[in-house]
Amino acid sequence: MVWNDIEKMDREQLNELQLRRLQETVRWVWDKVPPYRQRMEAEGIGPQDIKSLEDLALLPMTTKDDLRDNYPFGLFAVGPEEIVRVHASSGTTGKPTVVGYTQEDIQNWAEVMARTLVCGGATKNDVVQIAYGYGLFTGGLGVHYGAERLGATVIPTSAGHTRRQIMLMQDLKTTVLACTPSYALYLAETMGELGISSRDLSLRLGFLGAEPWSDAMRKQIEAALGIDAIDIYGLSEIMGPGVASECLAKDGLHVFEDHFIAEVVDPVTGKPVEDGLQGELVFTTITKKGLPMIRYRTRDITILNREPCSCGRTHARIRKVLGRTDDMLIIRGVNIFPSQIEEALLAMGHTEPHYVLVVDRERGLDELEVWVELTREAFIDEVRRIEELERQIKRGIEETLGIGVQVRLVEPKTIARSEGKAKRIIDRREIK
Amino acid sequence: MKVKQLSIFLENKSGRLAALSRALAEQNINIRALSLADTADFGILRLIVDDPEKGYAFLKKEGFAVRLTDVLAVRVPDRPGGLAEILDAIHQRGLNVEYMYAFVEKAGDDALVIVRIDDPDNAIGILQEMGVGLLTGDEVYAL
Repeated sequence: MVWNDIEKMDREQLNELQLRRLQETVRWVWDKVPPYRQRMEAEGIGPQDIKSLEDLALLPMTTKDDLRDNYPFGLFAVGPEEIVRVHASSGTTGKPTVVGYTQEDIQNWAEVMARTLVCGGATKNDVVQIAYGYGLFTGGLGVHYGAERLGATVIPTSAGHTRRQIMLMQDLKTTVLACTPSYALYLAETMGELGISSRDLSLRLGFLGAEPWSDAMRKQIEAALGIDAIDIYGLSEIMGPGVASECLAKDGLHVFEDHFIAEVVDPVTGKPVEDGLQGELVFTTITKKGLPMIRYRTRDITILNREPCSCGRTHARIRKVLGRTDDMLIIRGVNIFPSQIEEALLAMGHTEPHYVLVVDRERGLDELEVWVELTREAFIDEVRRIEELERQIKRGIEETLGIGVQVRLVEPKTIARSEGKAKRIIDRREIK
Repeated sequence: MKVKQLSIFLENKSGRLAALSRALAEQNINIRALSLADTADFGILRLIVDDPEKGYAFLKKEGFAVRLTDVLAVRVPDRPGGLAEILDAIHQRGLNVEYMYAFVEKAGDDALVIVRIDDPDNAIGILQEMGVGLLTGDEVYAL
């Protein structure tokens, strides 16, 4: 099923539509957003230079720092009288990033989020429990508006209160769960403790996003909750949830290209890479009026695929996000993503995908220690067999990463569970 | 003749053993014997308690990596060579002792030793043939 036939639009027509909207957007920021205009002038280009979609690469890129430097409203294209909503992302250092939406932007957001839900198989008959945080975070309200646009029944539980979430899922016969993948796993674990199985629930779909997660983790969530787990993608700077979504083919996430143009670039040089090659995802909004974004660097690592999909959609797909350039750990010169370690652990069994990476520097050398929870099932009452298990995990991770690591098995449920985005890395190198 | 032992995976960090003993005490579970095998990173705590099933259910609920292991409670003649004779016999029949530890209390004139053997059923036959005394689970839990 497709929410809007534009998702199946002929590729050439779609390109024409993108170019027209891109030209309008560039003209819009040139006229309305002084920092964009100054940077374009510095590069010696203007709106008239955008003659084809390839000319997008002429435009300067935008980063999170640009949003911080122009905090709070410096990159907004309209005044407060036109803005109907703001959201803000948590700033781990200093000020948050503030984003704003016009009435029309909010309408478009609901549209792309409704497409997301239909793309993953939801209908207006579904009961959607939204356990993303409501508030400054775009997750809760973003999915909410889309689910209402679809006409589904919305249960706006927000994040947390896990036992209450489970009670409501049972009592209100929730069919669709929307939350982060790590919270979905935590819900499943808590259900286990309460003696509740997926058969006691009516769940059939999960729309999970806001953090990178592996296919192995997907299988585990799907088995534990009895659902199809759909990966959804979004970021507040571009819109929020609804920028891209998997269909039931689960083979990449369709970018809603009549609203957003995706590029993949080399994270170091910023030069576009060929389709099919890994790089940093960059988005340009082409319908947004309040806070248009030109070539915004997401820091997410993915691969772009413009092949038509078995679901009938023509919109390009991005590979499930493999990691973030800023989550990327560089250990002894090797790039490492937490998701690789998660894959390795899940492939071996024996342990829960609850892990923490502790990076330290000893005598000038980076050391990576992986703390992994030992499951009760895998525990054997023999020191040498546990040591053998540790060695086996160590080998599995080392084969995946290509560098040496230390593994420490820890007791079940001792690694902090998160209700939002999981914290996987403790980097002690900076504080020394 | 098998005795149920609780085996618990513990990280080597301060306070874990105290927390676990306190938790068992609150459940009114009495520890009869214990042994701790440890490495630099982790330890395995082995406990003989008066009610192993209750202890197991409780520790499982508390989230510990715990399992029930079959061990033997062997009466060892309290004289030089008493233990050696028993171990020799087990070894000669091709069985392996994975670990063992002593009870503080004695069973009559004999010392009492908890032994984990890789094939406990076979070991029971061997020890009984030799006339070595074994205590039943109920006898051990009630000590």
